[in-house]
Amino acid sequence: MRLELGIIKIEDVQFGEETTVRNGTLYVNKKELIGLVRQDDRLSEVDVELTRPGEEVRIMPVKDVIEPRVKVSGSAELFPGIIGKIGTLGSGRTNVLRGAAIVTVGRIVGYQEGLIDMSGPGAQYSPFSQTNNVALILHPIHGLAPHAHEEAVRLAGLRAAVYLGKTAKDLAPDELEVYELNPVTDTTLPRVAYVHPLLSEGLLHDTYLYGVDAKRILPSLIHPNEVMDGAIVSGNCVSACDKHTTYHHLNNPVIKELYRRHGKDLNFIGVVISNLNVTLADKERSSDYASKLVKLIGAEGAIITEEGFGNPDTDLMMLCKKIEEYGIKTVLITDEYAGRDGGSQSLADAVPQADAVISVGNANEVIDLPPMKRIIGDLKRAEVIAGGFVGCLSTDGGLNIEIQAIMGSTCQLGFGTLTAGGY
Amino acid sequence: MAEKKYRVVHYLNQFYAGIGGEEKADIPPLIKEGAVGPGRPLQQALGEEGEIVATVVCGDSYFAENIEAAAESVVEPVSRYKPDVFVAGPAFNAGRYGIACGASCSAVSKKLGIPVITAMYKENPALELYRKEVYIIPSADSVRGMAEVIPRMASFVRKLGLRQEVGLPEADGYFPRGIRVNQFVGRTGAERAVDMLLSKLRGEPFQTEYPMPTFERVPPSPVVKELHSATIALVTSGGIVPLGNPDRIEAASASKFAEYNIAGVHDLTPDAYQTCHGGYDPVYANNDPDRVLPLDAMRALEKDGTIGKLYDHYYVTVGNATSIANAQKFGEVIAEKLKAADVDGVILTST
Amino acid sequence: MHVASIVPISLTVGANRIVPAVAIPYPLGNPELPEDEERELRLKLVKKALRALETEVEKQTVFEE
Repeated sequence: MRLELGIIKIEDVQFGEETTVRNGTLYVNKKELIGLVRQDDRLSEVDVELTRPGEEVRIMPVKDVIEPRVKVSGSAELFPGIIGKIGTLGSGRTNVLRGAAIVTVGRIVGYQEGLIDMSGPGAQYSPFSQTNNVALILHPIHGLAPHAHEEAVRLAGLRAAVYLGKTAKDLAPDELEVYELNPVTDTTLPRVAYVHPLLSEGLLHDTYLYGVDAKRILPSLIHPNEVMDGAIVSGNCVSACDKHTTYHHLNNPVIKELYRRHGKDLNFIGVVISNLNVTLADKERSSDYASKLVKLIGAEGAIITEEGFGNPDTDLMMLCKKIEEYGIKTVLITDEYAGRDGGSQSLADAVPQADAVISVGNANEVIDLPPMKRIIGDLKRAEVIAGGFVGCLSTDGGLNIEIQAIMGSTCQLGFGTLTAGGY
Repeated sequence: MAEKKYRVVHYLNQFYAGIGGEEKADIPPLIKEGAVGPGRPLQQALGEEGEIVATVVCGDSYFAENIEAAAESVVEPVSRYKPDVFVAGPAFNAGRYGIACGASCSAVSKKLGIPVITAMYKENPALELYRKEVYIIPSADSVRGMAEVIPRMASFVRKLGLRQEVGLPEADGYFPRGIRVNQFVGRTGAERAVDMLLSKLRGEPFQTEYPMPTFERVPPSPVVKELHSATIALVTSGGIVPLGNPDRIEAASASKFAEYNIAGVHDLTPDAYQTCHGGYDPVYANNDPDRVLPLDAMRALEKDGTIGKLYDHYYVTVGNATSIANAQKFGEVIAEKLKAADVDGVILTST
Repeated sequence: MHVASIVPISLTVGANRIVPAVAIPYPLGNPELPEDEERELRLKLVKKALRALETEVEKQTVFEE
């Protein structure tokens, strides 16, 4: 299975007569994009705004971020089972508008959407301050049930990403990223698997694998290329800091790093997808099953990532314990909730086997975000989103808020360079 | 150097200040101008940049018998000297002296907002009491380690005096305070994870970025004996609140709990109650809040005489990214209130 | 005593009397059941919790069936 990502570098985004890419600028026909999204009659009002890195712009409340892409060759379609036909992803050529992103904006339930600052002190916490963003501001029809609302917003984002991605179909890429799990001849290299649990706790906490709601899967083996090619879609509004957006899935940093060192320092043997469900029986079953798969494929070491916090800490610890009990060495990636003063214990659960942990930062740490010239969306919900509190929004539009509210600030796929140290 | 020297006030016990031994251990705080006892070599090590302007002295027994009051009484004389840094000890392995050093540093830091530092032996009981609030650097267990620890204390005092940033405990040589502080490092979490895994697989040393916490244990409470005449209370971390969340408990990282009267309420209905918890799908709890706070069931058991009475108030917070330290604090206050109200048993529900 | 959906967390943080609950978003309910059966389920869980309060324990105890 050989996947080529044809990278087309995007350095600016502008409205234009025609949706196209010229000289590194993505032009968007606003009317056409709105028309496309409005086809879903569950959305009453749709607007599109553009923003670029460095601008004095705050986007809020954000649900998902998606990288625009197009399949150039290979039989499958992007986001299969959701907006694409069913087919196995991960082969052929996919062109990518690298540096551009669709950002879906609008309140769904209100707690779990996040914010992106395009400049200022908040910008360094979010990778999406570095992308040229096409923000879709989406309002539902009156009385739409939350489940349907979430789905409408999710589909709108994916459709828009595919619509923009089409502009890249016939472009010559600036560079080519090739992903292929070639057999490793050096048998002394350690065999390493990646265990990737997906949040699947119900409305606003769901993830889709080939269109299947992840809470209904038994853990399964997947080729890393499928993940990098759109097999996983976020339907998820848990705290902004540590949910995996669809963008994160498409650019999974653990897979990228394991590929980079494949055949040199290690032998990357595969990815086990699991879920993060709401009952203890499910947690036991999924961690049993995922651990067994890791053993079955002959892993000697495994990276385990997490999504969300609190009860998913239990899944993380169960996976760690059970995989270590098979004699397989593990490293975990998690964020911390150590309180605003950093003085509290960071996790809800712990096992002694978890002796190798990567911390991607304390999500409770508070940051001052200055007012911005332009707001995409609105700030009204700042006090109730996860990470906000009464009084966190000042009258001038400045925020004093936990980094928990910033999209991707403590991504537990290890996307960023933040960590927390013990002082 | 025309620059202003930073000002230091030093704390010593009666013994190191040369006042006397155990027979003088009950003297109340007094102040001496300039450096005294171990303050002299400390001053020497500080050189021209900083000056020990005064030394506070207090008897060990006096301090240990009135820890809070003694610490308080140290603050005022210290403030008169307008110091930039407060330093205490070294206390080595002396228990009462260690507590005096820790408590005076803690009080000065809280009241005057200036940086503080002390030194003691790793097994000094005061270490666990004060390491969270005070920079404590390691010393030997007895006065024989004086010459060795003074230069390290001096360099730390200098760092604080010159308002330089304090680095990680390993780099700057102090006991970790257990405070988690964010920082950007050059490499992504994924890169660090693969590195760490390779080290672990090769049997090479590696350092976890988060050592597993240890959790406190409490002894089990005694049984509720006469259930049919007992008062039982409900407490939840599931965020069930009156509609509109009147006390505005946060959806995550709760900074408070609330108490609501449920006398006369027989069922939690969506027109009067809701969840304000931001960590789970709220649809089910909003449709029927009894699914999280089982009030209807408790009323049924009260009616049929299984329990004597459901307590007239319930307590609620949100257990979502809420720090354990906050949760502990809420728990202590709620427990006191329940005890004062003669509640016999508590059912705590969580989501 | 603690009615908890995720017993391992309850054990980790140190609860002494633990009754396993149904699921995180509905620890004392089950939206898939008819109303009267759901109320019966909740009553059963609460009774179990009360039994736990009446039971002497020396260490952390999970009250299964």
